[in-house]
Amino acid sequence: MIVDPDVVGLSRLQFALTALYHFLFVPLTLGLAFMLAIMESVYVMTRREVWKRMTQFWGVLFGINFAMGVATGVTMEFQFGTNWAYYSHYVGDIFGAPLAIEGMMAFFLEGTLVGLFFFGWDRISPVKHMLVTWFLALATSLSALWILIANAWMQNPVGAAFNPQTMRMEVTSFSEVIFNPVAQSKFVHTVSAGYTMGAMFVLSISAWYLLRGRNIDFAKRSMTVAASFGLAASLSVVVLGDESGYTVSENQKMKMAAIEAMWETEPAPASFTLFGLPDVKTRETHAAIRIPWVMGLMGTRSLDEPIIGIANLVDDAKLRIADGIKAYDAMLVLRENKDDAQARAILAAHDKDMGYALLLKRFIDDPRKATPADIQKAADSTIPNVPVLFWSFRIMVACGLYFIALFAYAFWRASKRRLDGRGFLRAALWSLPLPWVAAELGWIVAEYGRQPWAIEGVLPTALGASSLTAGQVWISLGGFVLFYTALAVIDGYLMVKFARKGPDGLGMWPKQADTLPVTAQTA
Amino acid sequence: MFDYDTLRIIWWALIGVLLIGFAIMDGFDFGVAALLRVLGKDEHQRTVLLETIEPTWEGNQVWFILGGGAVFAAWPLLYAASFSGLYVAMFVLLVAFIIRPVGFNFREKMPDPRWKAVWDYCLIASGVIVMLVCGVAFGNLFLGLPFRYDGDLRMSWEGGFFGLFRPFALLSGLISLSMLLAHGASWAAMKADHVIAERAAKIARIASLVYLVLFVLAGVWLAYGIPGYAISGPVAAGGLSNPLAKQVAVGASWFTGYMTHPAFWAAPVLAFAGALGVQLYVGRRGFGGFFSSCLAVAGTILSAGLALFPFLMPSSLDPASSLTVWDASSSRGTLLIMLGVTVVFIPIILLYTGWVYRVMRGRVTLEHVRKSHNMY
Repeated sequence: MIVDPDVVGLSRLQFALTALYHFLFVPLTLGLAFMLAIMESVYVMTRREVWKRMTQFWGVLFGINFAMGVATGVTMEFQFGTNWAYYSHYVGDIFGAPLAIEGMMAFFLEGTLVGLFFFGWDRISPVKHMLVTWFLALATSLSALWILIANAWMQNPVGAAFNPQTMRMEVTSFSEVIFNPVAQSKFVHTVSAGYTMGAMFVLSISAWYLLRGRNIDFAKRSMTVAASFGLAASLSVVVLGDESGYTVSENQKMKMAAIEAMWETEPAPASFTLFGLPDVKTRETHAAIRIPWVMGLMGTRSLDEPIIGIANLVDDAKLRIADGIKAYDAMLVLRENKDDAQARAILAAHDKDMGYALLLKRFIDDPRKATPADIQKAADSTIPNVPVLFWSFRIMVACGLYFIALFAYAFWRASKRRLDGRGFLRAALWSLPLPWVAAELGWIVAEYGRQPWAIEGVLPTALGASSLTAGQVWISLGGFVLFYTALAVIDGYLMVKFARKGPDGLGMWPKQADTLPVTAQTA
Repeated sequence: MFDYDTLRIIWWALIGVLLIGFAIMDGFDFGVAALLRVLGKDEHQRTVLLETIEPTWEGNQVWFILGGGAVFAAWPLLYAASFSGLYVAMFVLLVAFIIRPVGFNFREKMPDPRWKAVWDYCLIASGVIVMLVCGVAFGNLFLGLPFRYDGDLRMSWEGGFFGLFRPFALLSGLISLSMLLAHGASWAAMKADHVIAERAAKIARIASLVYLVLFVLAGVWLAYGIPGYAISGPVAAGGLSNPLAKQVAVGASWFTGYMTHPAFWAAPVLAFAGALGVQLYVGRRGFGGFFSSCLAVAGTILSAGLALFPFLMPSSLDPASSLTVWDASSSRGTLLIMLGVTVVFIPIILLYTGWVYRVMRGRVTLEHVRKSHNMY
């Protein structure tokens, strides 16, 4: 049975919108949690009240954001089951485990400690409270680790094999799933992106206070923390992002080729296209500005390995589809008679390509009856949306490089104790949205670039959907759009309101004074 | 070490533990939230009620998140079939869950009473909706749900949202509602200022009485009015997880398990004892009232789970497609690994959860609320 294409399209749209929305809040939680822990540690070491006030004030903004992150995260867990039921059945044996472990190892800790962060100030000693904050920060990053192990398995499905009796993938080596190289590079890249976002958030809002001449001492200290943390984070996000790119080129050649709009295989070492207008119809890139050698060095870390172009990869896909049909045929035989030795041998030899036969299901019911034209269509469908990936990637990288420059400059100014300069402060303020732009584009590169696969090479997205009616998905999609928009308005309003109020407006900091009066320091 | 079927039974029990954990821990948050404007007559009283749950509700809700994740990992067929089949109901439930984190936090962000009232009603609605939907969904399991599998094990569903509101399922929803209202009220009676606690104790007694009557009624209805499911024919020991490999007969009694294993009766007895305990101890010193309510919650879920065993989700459309303990699990390897992880982490979770409750121990008084501002 083939799922209604409208259901697939709507479910994809819903998943993308809710994931991108969830991802507005998660990286900020990741970053701010560590900054809170750092600020509070300084408080515990120096016992200077200003650092406690900093932790508490940024903690208020953290709390608003955290609530949104938690709220929208539940949606993600539900959606695998509600909209991607066949996916859940097909790979739940592997994919479910990291999600459950995330709950036990990370989210439980996070959820239990966050209440104590807010309500525990007067109930536990400063050292204990600081430990609570550190464990909270650690738990948020651990949470990211397990989610990314699950996600990395979608990009690079290791340690599993297809079982024709249960019609699903089953785990063969759990350690391969956990130590998936893609998971490691994705984890460090993603959490660094979160840390960068947290740092920018604090840097920008502090810059605004300084521009207004408010909370000066408070803002300068916050900025110093943000500049140093942000510099380390942005360096890590770019350097480890390159690592992430390298692992992509190892196992998702098509994604890599699409990002680079590399239609044909170039002789090694390939050039990097700095600018260009990829044309999907003619399969060329117009007005390209190329830098020789750079891409080959980044993608393969060698001078003589070529990066395979899209045309060659489509040809490869055709071969794999033909191979996959053999596996599919053997699978059907085995379903009737699990002891058929010949079918077993065929499936064992070709099961790595069975997913490619499933690509045909979008075009015909029975992959075994595919014509060469069907195979060509299915092979062409392995090309993701090249222009979107090409530009998303370039804008994301440009943001990353800008972050390094901005934080390095901020760090230099902080070390000279010259955090004034209105030009610099304005740049810091207006850079606020950029980490969100970069993070969302990063998601698009990683996940939209994975299409047409839900699980790379194993399960096409179109097959993973639930057997729903389009009407049902319209109801939920409409509901999400309305409900999430309302929440976004309220969240944005509260964030701006509390950032504007600032520590002085919230009674955490004296108005029009640089330092805390003596009375407040003992309060 | 453990054979496949033993692991499946262990995981059946563990899902039960998580479900009971969710109902006990998150259940009183829902109960308190739903009673927010019944128990809390003014802003100070409502703040007291909220502060009895605000420091810990977030961690409590993870029982639900973890329950979902564990079902995904250990019973992927059940996860896929229930979530997609109950699509609209799940969406309603989801909205109720999304409202909570923002409701608790955003409510405290502005002093305007209208703002607070809006969030109060959101929290009340979310509490009532979760309690009802979970109960109705559970009740539907006994009636069977309209799904079947094809040879690819792709599930199709032939029913809509309103088809779920069948009389027995509605009764089950009311059991869940009354049980958790009593549970939330018992919590408030233990944790909130005495002014509120007295009112809460009264409500706990009434709600738990209603619960007890409905629970007995449901038992009688189930015994005499609802056909049970039974696997007919042999089940291959340690067989692979393919629900189409068995035959199912409808018409037996859901109480067959209780007849063959008299020990099962301990579960409904526990529920009774809990409800009686609430009548006796709620409103008194100590935590006897709340503890009794926990027993009632655990006893109720256990009673239902044991009656269903070995079925997880029976199919009314094609009984052979029903999901059971023997054919809806993950592979043996996954069950074993996840068991290892669970054995290590659940005790750690209980340890730090216990510590947080200890730190936050004691009643939240009106005096405390008047003196300090909310920490969120």
